[in-house]
Amino acid sequence: MSNADLQRIDINPTHTYNGFRLRPGKPLPFGATLVPGGVNFSIYSSHATACTLVLFVKGQPQPYAEIPFAEEFRIGNVYAMVVFDLDYENIEYGYRMDGPFDPSVGHRFDQSKILLDPYAKAIGGRDVWGVPPDWNNIYHYRGRLTFDDFDWQGDRPLQIPSEDMVIYEMHVRGFTRHASSGVKHPGTFAAIREKIPYLKALGVNCVELLPIYEFDEFDGSRPHPWEEDKLLLNYWGYSTVGFFAPKAAYAATGRLGMQVDEFKALVRELHANGIQVLLDVVFNHTAEGNEMGPMISFRGIDNKTYYMLTPDGYYWNFSGTGNTLNCNNPLVRNMVLDCLRYWASEYHIDGFRFDLAAILGRDPIGIPLSNPPLLESLAYDPILAKCELIAEAWDAGGLYQVGSFPAYGRWAEWNGKYRDDMRRFLKGDMDLIGAVAQRLQGSPDLYAWRGPTASVNFFCCHDGFTLADLVSYNDKHNEANGWGNTDGGNDDHSWNCGVEGPTDDPEVNALRMRQMKNAFALLLVSHGVPMFLMGDEIGHSQQGNNNTYCQDNELNWLDWGLVERNAELLRFVQRCIAFRHAHPVLRNREHLRNYDYVGSGYADITWHGTRAWQADWSGTSRIIAFMLCGKHAKSGTVTDNYIYVAANMYWDALPFELPGLPEGMHWHLFANTGAVPDAYEPGSEPRLEPQHELLVGGRSVVILVGHE
Amino acid sequence: MEITITTRNQLTLATLVGELDGKTAPTAQERIVPLCQGGSRVLLDMSQVTYMSSAGLRLMLLLYRQATGTGATLALAGLSEDLQDTMSATGFLTYFTVYDTVEAAEAALGQ
Repeated sequence: MSNADLQRIDINPTHTYNGFRLRPGKPLPFGATLVPGGVNFSIYSSHATACTLVLFVKGQPQPYAEIPFAEEFRIGNVYAMVVFDLDYENIEYGYRMDGPFDPSVGHRFDQSKILLDPYAKAIGGRDVWGVPPDWNNIYHYRGRLTFDDFDWQGDRPLQIPSEDMVIYEMHVRGFTRHASSGVKHPGTFAAIREKIPYLKALGVNCVELLPIYEFDEFDGSRPHPWEEDKLLLNYWGYSTVGFFAPKAAYAATGRLGMQVDEFKALVRELHANGIQVLLDVVFNHTAEGNEMGPMISFRGIDNKTYYMLTPDGYYWNFSGTGNTLNCNNPLVRNMVLDCLRYWASEYHIDGFRFDLAAILGRDPIGIPLSNPPLLESLAYDPILAKCELIAEAWDAGGLYQVGSFPAYGRWAEWNGKYRDDMRRFLKGDMDLIGAVAQRLQGSPDLYAWRGPTASVNFFCCHDGFTLADLVSYNDKHNEANGWGNTDGGNDDHSWNCGVEGPTDDPEVNALRMRQMKNAFALLLVSHGVPMFLMGDEIGHSQQGNNNTYCQDNELNWLDWGLVERNAELLRFVQRCIAFRHAHPVLRNREHLRNYDYVGSGYADITWHGTRAWQADWSGTSRIIAFMLCGKHAKSGTVTDNYIYVAANMYWDALPFELPGLPEGMHWHLFANTGAVPDAYEPGSEPRLEPQHELLVGGRSVVILVGHE
Repeated sequence: MEITITTRNQLTLATLVGELDGKTAPTAQERIVPLCQGGSRVLLDMSQVTYMSSAGLRLMLLLYRQATGTGATLALAGLSEDLQDTMSATGFLTYFTVYDTVEAAEAALGQ
């Protein structure tokens, strides 16, 4: 007799209630789990006094059954019960929680509300994007049951070394929603699959998806300030409804409840094409807002546990969105860990970027902890051990931890200083050369003990200007957001190249094109992990809006016509990415040491100016050049070509004397943003003449490669 | 769900009518799995399947596995555009040889 033949002895009901056959459930795993003959429901609350399971036929306005958890179904603070014979594909479930309503001590129980399971693996009720909800619905976000099996066909997370990654930050809907995308189901996971050939041709090996956990696009929705009948929506999605459920409306099959399979199919396909998947996760707050917000789940299940509360029971607002998830409460910490483990193991996710991660290091009353248990748990977790963990190392409460985020040897950071210093260098600011040298090396000044891979380098991300706007606007133009241009950051370090916004002036447009190329060239020869925003490779503009969180329209939707219209920029970016992949000397895992430790006669990195070997570190300098020694690639374990990069952010052309190469080697031209052609196919770079000097145009970057 | 099974020459044709979901999948499995024996050629006429749930998708994969395991040939015919989209979006379509119509399948499978 095999295991399979041996019937379980706990598959029979022990209780009945109104015709439903029941038995005591198992507390673990939390959530709703299919078991032989039935469904195991398990939910915990530290302060509730009773719990009732509420069952709906899919989509029906009223429940068809309410089953209280019998006292003997409660283990500790966990309510666990198996309900037999459910039509598991056609039901939705929720809970009612009984308990005290006393906000002054943190309790907001309300038995009249039906609550979403925080561990719901799929959520129905808002299956199609932008369809206005029925506000009279008594239960908006409905827990659904899912199969957790999937045919992965041998897939596993790719584990691309961090230093080899090129990250493409993208919005699921925005990537293909535009009519020009030509996909069958615009704005969905399935549509991204159709565009994988584009991503492959671009050369990125990692996509970072803006939030895909179920969120409410109608959260904070309001009329567009001047376009009649149009709404501003919560487009970015940084307010989570359910941490375990992919957003149904991002799935072409969401209306059928198949978002889990659809997203897994996307991950599998991206992996098969060598592309990792990182998720932007938001554990700093939820969609429930402050005391005026909706009661969806956490507030009604265990308000005091899930939220950081002031001594008189109001919500701390370190996230700038109304509430703050109480991440260093042991229960919430476990939920976050359960959540990430679930995505890593069940969805094969390669890593996570944590929104406003500084909050995760605050204690339950908001004080920054020196040894935050949540960050430590994540860093040492065995299931997450190979996942990328990337922090947005600041929060809206004023905690700025770039360079000081508690890393435990594991965490990387969005390097805000890279963005700021490099943007200022790009526009020609002075007093920056020392800082720029640090940024180009992976910011050893910030991450001395953590290596360059702690630094995720970027010029632009979803938050702020796009690259095209960075070189087209001096000021933000956020009027379309309806706040009179008061929202969004004011420290963009942008420069419009002479005219604010679009222009027909060919000189201005040529300069903008060159500046965009300069940014990509510098980004892709910097040590650390490069990241750029979807569409920057084809010059997507948000018309100067630097905070498009609410714009579900062409401001955010990628116009695929730009692939042709900006083919020149796209080809340049493709070649710069290919160049990075081709040269391990650009991708050291450990910091450069600025001396020769392999006996090549050259330090691993050397600094130059208009005179070779003499960098101009003065406050008025706008130029820098560096050479990487090919014998020091990957800390001296690999031999690569020599690489020389000259960045002239001065407005006029300057002659750069070139450092000499070892006997028999010659400089070859890979890229010159101030010339035509701007870049060559890596491996086919022509030999440079003359070899000893090069005229670098104003606001231009030149990249040379030295070999025999 | 109604399932009719006919055999013409060397080809077994199973015609499925109705919804393929958690309620009907077990029956469909019981009826169709035995057809997928070594060397057999099985064609599922899906043109009258109006809906396929997650459980339905899983049954399809199970049939595919059964067929591959025993060396049977399994093909689908007449999937509606909706059904084809669903199977494609969820990654279940890649397993199957799909024909527009039963006639096209019969022609291709050598009838």
